[in-house]
Amino acid sequence: MARRLALGALLIGCAALLDALLPRLLDPYMFQILIYIGINITLAVSLNLVNGITGQFSIGHAGFMAIGAYVSAYITYFFGPGLATATPSGGPPPGIAGEFVLFGALLAGGLAAAGAGWVVGLPSLRLKGDYLAIVTLGFGEIIRVLILNIETVGGARGFAGVPPLQKFSPVRGFFWVFLLAVATVIVSVRLVNSSYGRAMLAVREDEVAAEASGVNTTQTKVGAFVVGAFFAGMAGGLLGHYLQYLNPAMFTFVKSFEILIMVVLGGMGSITGSVLAAAIMTILPEALRGVKDYTPHNIDPRMVLFSLLLIVLMLTRPTGLLGHREIWDVVPWRRRRHPAGPNSGGAA
Amino acid sequence: MTPKRPNLPTAQPPRREGPGPLALSAIALVALAAVASGCGGGGDRSGGAAASEVVVGEYGSLTGQTAAFGSQTHRGIELAVDEINAAGGVKGRTFRLVTEDDQSKQEEAATVVRKLISRDKVIALLGEVASSCSLAAAPIAQEAKVPMISPSSTNPKVTLVGDYIFRVCFLDDFQGHAMARFCFNTLGARKAAILRDIRQDYSVGLANFFAEEFARLGGQVASDQSYSSGDSDFKAQLTAIRAAGADVLFVPGYYNDVGQIAIQARDLGLTIPLTGGDGWESPTLLAIGGKALEGCYYSNHFDPSSSDPTVANFFRKYSDRYHEAPGALAALGYDSAKLLADAMTRATDITGPAIRGELAATKGWAGVSGLITMDQNRNPVKPLVVLQIQDGKISLRETIQPF
Amino acid sequence: MNTFLQHLLNGIATGSIYALLALGYTMVYGVLKLINFAHSEIFMVGAFTGYYAAHALGLASNPSLLGAATVMLISMTVCGLLGFLNERIAYRPLRTAPRITSLITAMGVSLFLQYGGQMVFGPDPKFFPQVFPKSNLQLGGVVTTNYQLFVVAVAIALMAGLQWIVYRTRFGKAMRAVSHNFEMASLMGIPTDRIISMTFVLGSVLAAAAGNLYGLVYPRIDPLMGVFPGLKAFVAAVLGGIGNVPGAMLGGMLIGLVEEYAVAIDPWAWGALHVHVGRFKDAIVFAILVAILVFRPSGLLGRYEPEKV
Repeated sequence: MARRLALGALLIGCAALLDALLPRLLDPYMFQILIYIGINITLAVSLNLVNGITGQFSIGHAGFMAIGAYVSAYITYFFGPGLATATPSGGPPPGIAGEFVLFGALLAGGLAAAGAGWVVGLPSLRLKGDYLAIVTLGFGEIIRVLILNIETVGGARGFAGVPPLQKFSPVRGFFWVFLLAVATVIVSVRLVNSSYGRAMLAVREDEVAAEASGVNTTQTKVGAFVVGAFFAGMAGGLLGHYLQYLNPAMFTFVKSFEILIMVVLGGMGSITGSVLAAAIMTILPEALRGVKDYTPHNIDPRMVLFSLLLIVLMLTRPTGLLGHREIWDVVPWRRRRHPAGPNSGGAA
Repeated sequence: MTPKRPNLPTAQPPRREGPGPLALSAIALVALAAVASGCGGGGDRSGGAAASEVVVGEYGSLTGQTAAFGSQTHRGIELAVDEINAAGGVKGRTFRLVTEDDQSKQEEAATVVRKLISRDKVIALLGEVASSCSLAAAPIAQEAKVPMISPSSTNPKVTLVGDYIFRVCFLDDFQGHAMARFCFNTLGARKAAILRDIRQDYSVGLANFFAEEFARLGGQVASDQSYSSGDSDFKAQLTAIRAAGADVLFVPGYYNDVGQIAIQARDLGLTIPLTGGDGWESPTLLAIGGKALEGCYYSNHFDPSSSDPTVANFFRKYSDRYHEAPGALAALGYDSAKLLADAMTRATDITGPAIRGELAATKGWAGVSGLITMDQNRNPVKPLVVLQIQDGKISLRETIQPF
Repeated sequence: MNTFLQHLLNGIATGSIYALLALGYTMVYGVLKLINFAHSEIFMVGAFTGYYAAHALGLASNPSLLGAATVMLISMTVCGLLGFLNERIAYRPLRTAPRITSLITAMGVSLFLQYGGQMVFGPDPKFFPQVFPKSNLQLGGVVTTNYQLFVVAVAIALMAGLQWIVYRTRFGKAMRAVSHNFEMASLMGIPTDRIISMTFVLGSVLAAAAGNLYGLVYPRIDPLMGVFPGLKAFVAAVLGGIGNVPGAMLGGMLIGLVEEYAVAIDPWAWGALHVHVGRFKDAIVFAILVAILVFRPSGLLGRYEPEKV
């Protein structure tokens, strides 16, 4: 237990250090790319939990992002200043209190998204494959249209003036993005290696056999949606606070598809694959920015190239970069140091 | 450590194996490194101004949904920049324009503005047409203390982001109120119907302002319908409007939807006049709407057929160069660039804060789109023109002064 | 009452177009159990081919009914070919792969055609010319144009033709056999590959017709135009019972009417419930999809087939 706490503290310290150093080392443009990478890692890994590990084909992930983004923005915009200044006497100084407000808002966004994940997960009980995909697509669109019509958060005009991350806390965007990405990966890895994860894999491989073996497939599937949606919601919240602007048009199924491409490229079922693919798919469009000048009508070739990539990938190597495996299965450095054996570390 | 997760045998038929995972990962990492270094390397080379230049960034929708708006604005800015440089530049320094496309997307607008500020080290920004993109970019410009002039964003919130954000066009509240007055007073309408585009912040805002003023004047909003830009079928909404018996229909949308709405309205036997805002403004409006737009009116930033020498001059130069008639967006783009250059010339030195100060102090500056005086919110106080479509031609119906 | 009938006519006209599109989805799903996401892009290509053909034939200045028919035939040919190629290149190699793979590929093809279309045709919307003379008609209190009636007439004619093909020809019988049980059909000597290819061609031909009809009544076309009509047509196919041909026609009409009446009752809904129901019409269509899949997955006309373990 102590080891875990120490590890946690180390991570937080790392995050704070990077957060302070990186803006000095990199120009804001590169820094922004790093932030996007972090957010995309969270999104890809959370979608992977649902699609890759539990085998439920969900293409409405942008809807969860949207819910998380809007709920957290709503809280910080309307209640933030009041909460941050109302520190109890003898309580933490405003800076730290602000952190908690922000974290609370993000958490609330994540929980709201998790709730939506529960709602979306329910029809998955009876639906498989293509049907489920379409239903999740439909849900994503329903969520978007609903938000479009809520005037309090700006509706079609978008939600401008979302308080920036700096308003509440001395740390800048990178701290939270980094922590969230790391948390998502850690949770996913530990989840997969737990009995719950075994159930998820079983549901993916053969749902009928799993059900017959006593796995509660309902709980497993809905649980996957809930967890995946939770992280997507928090990522959405971070995105909103970073951009200081939200608009339902940012959360169409094209966005869901972009996340899906990351998961598929990395290998459905591979957490590290998703991380790798998220990084690639964030950097590549930026690097290709100049290509636009050479295309007919100066259209950004990004989507054409990615869809072509997807088709070619499906035809030649549908398992993606890492397939079902993790990077340590492919590059076997961990196994040499820790031969397979009974669990020796981490007394919980 | 936890035991290795067993590689479950999959129940799927054997797949064709492509390049192995190790090879692929290696390729991916190498590509990543190359790209990252390219980004980093490129960054050092580009950006920063030579001492003999003034670098100004422009971000606009050159592709995507509102591409027509962005490209028109760009042409107006381009024309202005060439004229400025032909006249000796700004205080002897060349005015260099760096243009980035935001594909009509807000996220892209934020990204490209960050790039312009940090990579290209622009001293000022011009953009955008769509208020949503301006709203996404404004906080970034404000924080970096880079003055930003929006040529045509009419949402009041844009300049409220901070004191470095300006615009050269009128606001939606003025526009909506003015059109309501026009419909009530000049057209004598007492029952109005509204058909708004709920996907565009511009349209929703304008519709709200129209409705509140029309009701305040004593009129009645008989029907309030909506569509999403990109929709093709408006017959349901128009049928409901027909049943409500309105005298006028306010359609504060973009020109390509408006053209179709007009055609479908006439197809349904709806003969009342359509009125709208500056979103109608486009050289192709009549090509799309044709005869259906006869007897319709819309508000605009300037009257292209005006005989005022400034306007006529601009009209001639633009059409000679681009072989098309300039719309309001081109005029506003032109004005934004010229105003910026003027402020730079007035400023003691060419730095962000100095330029900002001069922009805020602009009084009675003569632009193509009218006399511009900045108010305390950095919005220009200028009149609006109502154009009418008669006999297939657009002409001036009325000028409405600020109230 | 007049308004009600007016809405009815509008809904049927839109519904017919959805029905034509839904037929393509349902037929392909029937034989391959694959949702052909790229179908909506075939629809788009049909509209654009019609646009270019109409301009090439000079119909903008010389509208004629014969010209309109020619344009439609040209579109149908082009799209039939495109559908055939799509199946051959992207779907056939994945016949034995897991369903998710083909689904993702279908989405990839769809996006490729959309954004590739932007590159080829340009992203700005184009305006479909009036290929035959348009005239306003008044039937009682209902005002319409001959275009709307043409759409309904052509759609019904094509659907009747399809019914004949599916239920009265050998090809149709083979198609139904393949959708019933793929292995048995191939064991019975039916050339399944060829049947599947022809199914795609047939669906694409209908999509091309739908594209042209759409261009007639809603002249504004752009490379992304297929996305929403495609999604709604898919909902229509599911509503009627996916794999079921009459079901797709019924579903298409219903979805068209639902959309129309959602907007029609908006003033009442605003007064009574303070909700602008009309603005949610897209969400309503998707909600119908979810409801059908949860409560009656086999659709209105489909038969419930228990899952065999």
